Amino acid sequence: MTRSVVVTGLGATTPVGGDVASSWEALVAGRSGAGKLEHEWAEPLPVQIAAEIAVEPSEVLDRVKARRLDRSAQFALLAAMEAWADSGLADTDIDGERIGVACASGIGGIQTLLANYDALRDKGPRRVSPLAIPMLMPNSPSANISLLVGAKAGVHTPVSACASGSEGIALGLDMIRLGRADVVVAGGTEAAVHPLPLAAFANMMALSKRNDDPEAASRPWDKGRDGFLLGEGAGLVVLEEAEHARARGARVYAELVGAGITADSHDIAQPDPEGRGGTRAMRLALEDGEVAASDIRHINAHATSTPLGDVAECTMVHRVLGESAASVVITSTKSMTGHLLGAAGALESIATVLALHHRVVPPTINLDDVDDAVELDIATKPRDLPAGDLAALNNSFGFGGHNVALAFRTV
Amino acid sequence: MATTEEIRASLADIVNEVAGIPADDVQLDKSFVDDLDVDSLSMVEVVVAAEEKFDVKIPDDEVKNLKTVGDAVAFIERQLS
Repeated sequence: MTRSVVVTGLGATTPVGGDVASSWEALVAGRSGAGKLEHEWAEPLPVQIAAEIAVEPSEVLDRVKARRLDRSAQFALLAAMEAWADSGLADTDIDGERIGVACASGIGGIQTLLANYDALRDKGPRRVSPLAIPMLMPNSPSANISLLVGAKAGVHTPVSACASGSEGIALGLDMIRLGRADVVVAGGTEAAVHPLPLAAFANMMALSKRNDDPEAASRPWDKGRDGFLLGEGAGLVVLEEAEHARARGARVYAELVGAGITADSHDIAQPDPEGRGGTRAMRLALEDGEVAASDIRHINAHATSTPLGDVAECTMVHRVLGESAASVVITSTKSMTGHLLGAAGALESIATVLALHHRVVPPTINLDDVDDAVELDIATKPRDLPAGDLAALNNSFGFGGHNVALAFRTV
Repeated sequence: MATTEEIRASLADIVNEVAGIPADDVQLDKSFVDDLDVDSLSMVEVVVAAEEKFDVKIPDDEVKNLKTVGDAVAFIERQLS
């Protein structure tokens, strides 16, 4: 018999809030987390805007703890602490050998890596921190979550660029289905607001250059969109085997019913122009979750505010859902959070789960003039979802041709 | 020339910064490992920060002999004299 998987805990630290409640409130209210980068290092950059974290980890984490963690691990630890407390599992006698972790990252501990390289170059090898390796290794966030919750089943760090966070959640689903764990803390984290990634993404022509109006920079599907806005933060969910959750009377937000993971094998940075990989990922998620197209009433789109990607995703939705596409309310919360890269799919899964739980879809802001190629119902104000059993999809696509779609259902 | 107490106080600030130990607890008779719970990686950080602060060299081979705060202060004093 297939083991079902439900979501019993949520945690996040994001550009719009220091926790899930404040982030969700901001998303529904349509508040942007974007701003001008006030750092000296930003001055020579062609892109001087980003969606930085709303609450600095140093305000919340113990100082000594924080200085032993890369910024990406600080975010992950805060989100995991919240998700774990939210799940109520801390008060149970769950065996650590049944707890897994799948915290993804797109880029890893890049700030620690670069700061230590600066120290090496400017002051010599003696000044490289003895903590540099455990801080910069990409599995550091996952390993620190393992320490936090006592997780002794598999502790994994999937890496698939901007699909990473969703892949973490898909991996958690597999782990529980296969019986390798009863509980998995899954999601992603990213802390790449630093001049090097900003310069690199800008040189790829991937970022919005709307330096004079940061809050208007991320505008998925709008005719004036000119690239994505870099964000930072973490999202972690507690996935739990359904019977395990039921037996302890856990509060269940939604069921994670299916996942589809595919690759384009087309180009290292460009998506397949026909969107075949993304289409197949959505189809596989529906098949895996035994979800009918007509059950899907909401999609949290990948839509990053790039000229090609946003419209290509709409084509995929039409192809997968056919006539049912007309009854789907779509949004891109990236319009407010920016693009959290390896944490995007995780944060957007939380938004998808809460949309089902509260039956309200957060708006896409800055959508003043919809691209003519878009023929879908995109929420520009908070939109209510109907009562009854319904399902939602969360899409994530990443450089390298990675596509992940996750299907959630109301409970 | 810094006094023993000045060196101890500066070292105490470094230990506080690196390991979060209250500076007042960092007294000459205290063992880094047994009393102050400074682990081996943190000890390397303390040593490197002390080298920078006092402009001295503390060779890796010497670090294992610095069991107490007093040992470290005495070593730094010898380097400075």
